[in-house]
Parts: sequence; structure tokens; C-alpha cells
Amino acid sequence: MRIPALSDGLIRALTLALTLACIIAAHPVQALDVEDRRRFGPDSAAQVLRILSTADTDVFAPVIRAFLIQEPDIAVDYIVASSGAVMAAMTKRPQDFDVVISSAMDLQTKLANDGFALSHRSATTETIPDWARWRDHLFAFTREPATLVLSRDAFRGLPLPRSRQDLIALLRQHPDRFHGRVGTYDLRASGLGYLFATQDARMSESYWRLTEIMGSLDAQLYCCSSAMIDAVARGDLAVAYNVLGSYARARPDADRYEIIQPQDFTTVMLRTALISRGTQAPQAAGRFLDHMLDIAWLGKTTEGYEFDRLSQTGPASGAHLRYIRLGPGLLVHLDRFKKDSFLRAWESAILQD
Amino acid sequence: MTRAGPGTGSIRGRLMVLLLGGSAILALALFWVVQGFARQLAEESQDNILSASVTSILDAARIENGALVLDLPYSAFSMLANLHDDAVYYAIRADDTFLTGYDDLAAVPLPRADMPGFATRSFLDQDVRVVTAERALGPGGGQDSAPIRLSATLAQTRSGQEITLTRISRAAAAVGLGVFAGAAVLALAASRSAIAPLERLTLSVTRRGPQDLRPVTAPVPLEMVPLVAALNRFIGRLRGSLARSEDFIAEAAHRVRTPLATVRMQAEVTLQRVEREENRKSVREMIRAIDESSRAAGQLLDHAMVTFRADQLEETDLDLGAVTRDLTDRLRPTADLRDIALQARADDPVPIRGDAILVQNALRNVLDNAIKYAPEGSAVRITVTRQGEEGVVMLRDTGPGFPPDGMTRLRRRFQRGANVDGIVGSGLGLTIADEVMRAHGGTLDLRNNPDGGGACVSLRFPMA
Ligand SMILES: Nc1ncnc2c1ncn2[C@@H]1O[C@H](COP(=O)(O)OP(=O)(O)OP(=O)(O)O)[C@@H](O)[C@H]1O
Ligand SMILES: [Mg+2]
Repeated sequence: MRIPALSDGLIRALTLALTLACIIAAHPVQALDVEDRRRFGPDSAAQVLRILSTADTDVFAPVIRAFLIQEPDIAVDYIVASSGAVMAAMTKRPQDFDVVISSAMDLQTKLANDGFALSHRSATTETIPDWARWRDHLFAFTREPATLVLSRDAFRGLPLPRSRQDLIALLRQHPDRFHGRVGTYDLRASGLGYLFATQDARMSESYWRLTEIMGSLDAQLYCCSSAMIDAVARGDLAVAYNVLGSYARARPDADRYEIIQPQDFTTVMLRTALISRGTQAPQAAGRFLDHMLDIAWLGKTTEGYEFDRLSQTGPASGAHLRYIRLGPGLLVHLDRFKKDSFLRAWESAILQD
Repeated sequence: MTRAGPGTGSIRGRLMVLLLGGSAILALALFWVVQGFARQLAEESQDNILSASVTSILDAARIENGALVLDLPYSAFSMLANLHDDAVYYAIRADDTFLTGYDDLAAVPLPRADMPGFATRSFLDQDVRVVTAERALGPGGGQDSAPIRLSATLAQTRSGQEITLTRISRAAAAVGLGVFAGAAVLALAASRSAIAPLERLTLSVTRRGPQDLRPVTAPVPLEMVPLVAALNRFIGRLRGSLARSEDFIAEAAHRVRTPLATVRMQAEVTLQRVEREENRKSVREMIRAIDESSRAAGQLLDHAMVTFRADQLEETDLDLGAVTRDLTDRLRPTADLRDIALQARADDPVPIRGDAILVQNALRNVLDNAIKYAPEGSAVRITVTRQGEEGVVMLRDTGPGFPPDGMTRLRRRFQRGANVDGIVGSGLGLTIADEVMRAHGGTLDLRNNPDGGGACVSLRFPMA
């Protein structure tokens, strides 16, 4: 066979088919790798809205409670899963979910592109700027800048880097101080890490230089933001790259580290919501979406709401902020070949021994 | 007033319908052409972008260490994100073996090996525009030196295009409507200017006095020259026949009256000579018959003249009082023969519009009756007054008055009352007066004096 990847693909397809068969046999939600599941609202509710989400239940609960006050006849079944699991569940059984909320912009875009989302138009969606919605299918409701988290202890006596260039220079000048103490996502394990990395690489060559240097300093690789912040707080890491700033800010020991938005550019991810094509309750799902968007965009007050509210001024606020653009461009890096070659390049830069 | 024949639609209406219909068809055609052209342009521009995108995908593929490397350029997809958010699907195949993308997106057959193939299809229940392009890449493995035929298929939904098209259609519709509105205004102007010479001609002909039978000489458009020529010929004929009938009436009156006058004179002479009473009686009867004939001839001619003129009144401003006075003076000698006093009284002035000859004729006939039928030595009272919107000439005599049933009957031709008692007459006097009054929009009132008897005749004219 001339193309080595091909046999590989065959095996993958086979495994996929097998898993698919198992999943269809099992109970739909059980087939999904559920991280958390909670029911809100009265047991006697006439309608149950099934929300599949990547956001922690506690973080999202205020939105649901405020919604249920408006709609006493509705109950909400809130299911938390990883972005990859959300994608898999939606492509297999879209009829099991009504609303899908995810931080994986690329996967959400692919769901919308591939016809798993329902179009939704309302007075609220009309107010949302073009950059924050796609095809009347996908709507952004909060933003998450990818930040640098720096340990204060580790940088004692050094100027704090304000940009990737600063960081590269510092890492070069002090290899001993930083050896084994820089951390970033393991792109092979983290979808979000991969999204940030591909966007960074698209934006500037400095990403690859930084990755090379981090590789030469024996970079530590993590699955997720919280693990990296833990490591910085513990003092294991001096630098964590592309960490979700909101997570870092929310911790009680946030004074131990510095959260920095790189001034050359800061990639900003948008959390998005869509209505499942298979929904049994399109009206209620639409109202829930409008409710979320009203809070995010129109400043409808909600107690305990922690997400960063979006202002109508949008991408213009903060010249260094680079919002990841919703649209077919996000599909490029989901391509199998593209992903393989990106990961190969990344591996050769970060794993240098 | 004579009426025209039944109308067969208007020229202006016909012109408007033709012009408006024509411009509606033109506007519609314009709309379709613009829309079709816009559709083609929109399709072409989508095709161009798709083709650029698919080319960039193929260009980015390469063979590295004997293996195919596919590196989808970010721009290949981001360039497809136009104003409207369209979904994008792709499939990449090597020698017809699926590599990546959407497996069920089938390739479009190429028209030629080096030309992309386009098609419009349904994919995931949506209308999509699909492009497929191919590129030979190779050679692949070391020994196997045949090149790989790499094929990339790209599909994009068409909602953005539809939106553009709707916008263009709306603009095209606006242009079409604008053209139509403009054409409507022009059509109105055109039909008006086409009709204008006709209206001018109509006006110039209607404005003419009844006696004005000159040919029409005002300049008219070429197309109307035959009509005007025909009209002028017709006026010429009318003028000729009018002149002939006037001559004929005068001639006829002359021809009848002159010999009658001669015959009457001879009869008078004969009466002087004849002595036997029975012969005298028959000569007197002869004279009377002659008088009747002469009177009848005169009245017939007058009646013909009245009928003729009533069609085309030659109206002027008249003072009813003056006309009555004139006529009274003229008939006084006749009245004196029967010792009848004519007492005329007039409010001054009583202006009316009328044909002087006809008004005099009517007055003469009723005054003649009063003198004829009143007893000798009596008086006829004539008053001219205004009564509201009417000018009235009233004649009262002390004669026998009208028979009770005669008020309507006596207006008819040749009808005389039972009270005539051998008085010469033809029964046309009241007919003439009645016709004149009608032609002037007035009325002839016949009644008897309530006190003391006698006839009371009123001519009521509308005031000027
Ligand atoms: N002033 C009047 N008094 C009484 N009867 C009248 C008077 N005027 C008209 N008549 C009656 O009306 C009839 C019709 O009148 P009209 O003037 O039409 O005819 P006429 O006088 O007989 O003939 P002519 O045509 O010669 O006048 C008369 O025959 C007469 O009987
Ligand atoms: Mg008479």
C-alpha cells in the first residue's frame, strides 16, 4: 500500500464501528462518559430539558435556576462530559439532547457544520454581533483568554515577561532556573490545548520558537488547566502556558502566581451553545438559549453568574485579544492528516530527548 | 343639439393600454434578465472561490519520504467564510481511495483532466455547490513510479448566495418598477400629445357660430389631414344645400304668393262688376279661399323657417321690452282696422338671449291672434315683466277665450278652435309660437282670464 495511513484508518474505522454497536445497545446516556449529572426543577415538570455541557455543574447552576424561575413547568437534566465525549455523544445520538454547551469551538463548529444543530432565530440572537454566532446555529456566551500563569517565587528578581518574546528571552537566559519547570498542555490529550496551539501557530512563528525552548527545558505536559495551575501554586512549575485565566483567578491561593495576558497577542476562546437537531423540545431549548444569551450579552442580572459577560463592543476591546474566529476555518485543524502532521511537528519540538 | 354616434373606446385609453402593456412586458423582461444575470454572476463567483480553495488544497499536498503529506491550508476554508456563514464539506481521495473528510461526498466528474468539475447537489439535506479538482502527484514509493492521482472535492451550502440573490432580485424588481413608472408617465404624456390636435380641432369646430361654414384651415398633423379634408368637403356640401334650401323657401313663397295676389286682385275687380247677389256671394267665397290659401302658404313657410332655425339658433342679446314695442308698433295699423287699442307696458329692461327673428315671429303670431279674435273696439293689454328668472310677455284680450279643451290641442299643427267664426287662419300660429318658445328653453302659457273672460297668453323666456 502506497499510503501508510490508510491501513491505520481501516483499523480505526473498525474500532469505531464496534464501539458504535456497543453504544447503540446500551442506554444512551450511560454510553456517554458522564462526569457529573444533576436534575434541577420539579419532578412533576411537564418537560425535561436535557443539557449536555462541558461546564461544571456548580458554575452553570445559577443560569439554570434563573431559567427555572421563569419556567416552572420545565425541569433540567444537566449532564457534564468532556468536549470529546460531547462530540461523540452528539454525533451518535443527537435525539438524546436538547442543548449542547461546550468550550471546544472547533468541535461545536463541526457539529453545526455537519447538520447536528438546529437553526435558531429570535429577538435576542438578532442583537448578537456576527463574530459571536455562526449560521444561526452556534452562539457564543462567554470568552476565555489563554494566559500565562507565572509563579511569583520562581520569578523573584526577574522582570515579569509581558509577551512571548519576553518569555523566550527569559527562558533562554536562565535555563537552569526554568529547567523542568515549564508546563503546557499535552496536545495529544487535550482538545482545548490543541485548539489554542493551532491558533497560536497560525497567528505567529513565535509559538514554534517558544515550543522549541520549552522542549529544550524538558517541558511538563498536562491534561488540563486546573492541573497546571495546581502545579504552579505548589511551586512545581514556574511557567504555565495557555492556561484559562478565569480558572486561575478563581482560586483562593491566586496570590502565589501572576496571571498575564501576553501583549503580542492573547488567544481568546469562545464558549458556545447550540440546539441539538434531535431535540424533542425546540421551543423550550430556544427559550433556554435566549435566556443564556440575555445574561451574557444584555446583562440580565443573575445571582452567582461567574462567566465573563460579553459586551457588544466585542473583539475591539483590548487590542491584544485575538478572538478565535467561528467558521469553517476551524474545521481545518480537525482534519485527520492535518492533526497528525501538526502533532508530529509539535512532538518533535517538545520532546527533544 | 345633435349627438355623436356611440363611442367605441377612446384613443387615449387604447394608447395607454398599449404603451403601459408594452412597458410592463419590458420591465418584466428587464427584471428576468437582470436576475438571471445576477444569478449567473453569483454562481460564478462562488465557483471561483471554491475553485481557488480546492486548488490551494491540492497545491499543499506533497510526497515526503515516499509518503503522501496532506496539509490543508487554513486559508482554503477560511476564504469560504463570506458574509453569510455557509457550511463547508470536503473529501480527499487518492486514486479513488478515500483519505479524509466526508466519505459520502462523491466527486464530480471532471470535464477535462485539468479542469475542475462543478455540480449542484443535495448534501445533508441542503443545497450545496460542489467542486472537484485533480492533480497528479508523484511518483510515490521508490520502485513503484506511477504518479498518484489526488482528487479533492469541496462543497459549500448556498444560503449566502441565496441571500445575495434575494437582495439583487429586490433591486432588479425596484429597477423594473422604476422603468415601468417612468414609462407610465411617458405614456400619459405621449397619449396626451397624440390626442391634443384632435381636441384642438374639436374645440375650434364647436366654437364656431352657426352661420360660420368656412373650411377648417388650422394646421393639423399629417395623419389628420384626410379627416380635415373630408370635414371641409362636408362643410362645403352643407353650405351648398343650406343656401339652396333658403333660396328654395324664398322662391317658393314668392312663387305661391305672387300669383295668389294677382288672382285676389282679379277677384276684387270681378266683385265690383258682378251685380247678381248669388254671383257676388260665390266671388266673395272665392276671395276668402284665396285669403286662406295665401295665409296658409305664408304660415307654412314661416313654420318651415322656424323649424330650420330652431336647430341652430342665432342668439343675440335682446331686450324683450324693445322687441315687443317694435312689434306692437308694426301691428298697430292692422289693429286700427278693427278699432282695437294695443296697450303695451314694459318693465325696462328685460334682457334675454334669443334669435331675434324667431322671437318676433312668435310674438307676431300671438298678437295677431289677439287682434283677430278680440271683438271690434276692444283693447288688448300687453305687459312685459320679469318674474324671477323669467322674462314674460303677457297678452290679454277680451275676446271669446280658448275653448276649455283647447289648451293642448290648439298647439298642434292645423288645429283651429270652434270659436273662429269664419275668421281666416291656418291653425299654425300657436304651433310656431310653441316651437320658438321650446327652442329658447321657455314655455308658452295658454289660459283664459279668470275675471270677465278673454284669452291670456304668456311667453316665458329664461332671463339672460
Ligand atoms: N286670442 C285668442 N282668443 C280666442 N281664441 C284664440 C285666440 N288665439 C287663438 N285662439 C284659438 O286657437 C286656435 C289656434 O290658433 P292659431 O293661431 O294656431 O291658428 P289661427 O289663428 O286659427 O290661424 P293662423 O295660423 O292664421 O294664426 C284659433 O283657431 C282659435 O280658435
Ligand atoms: Mg293665429
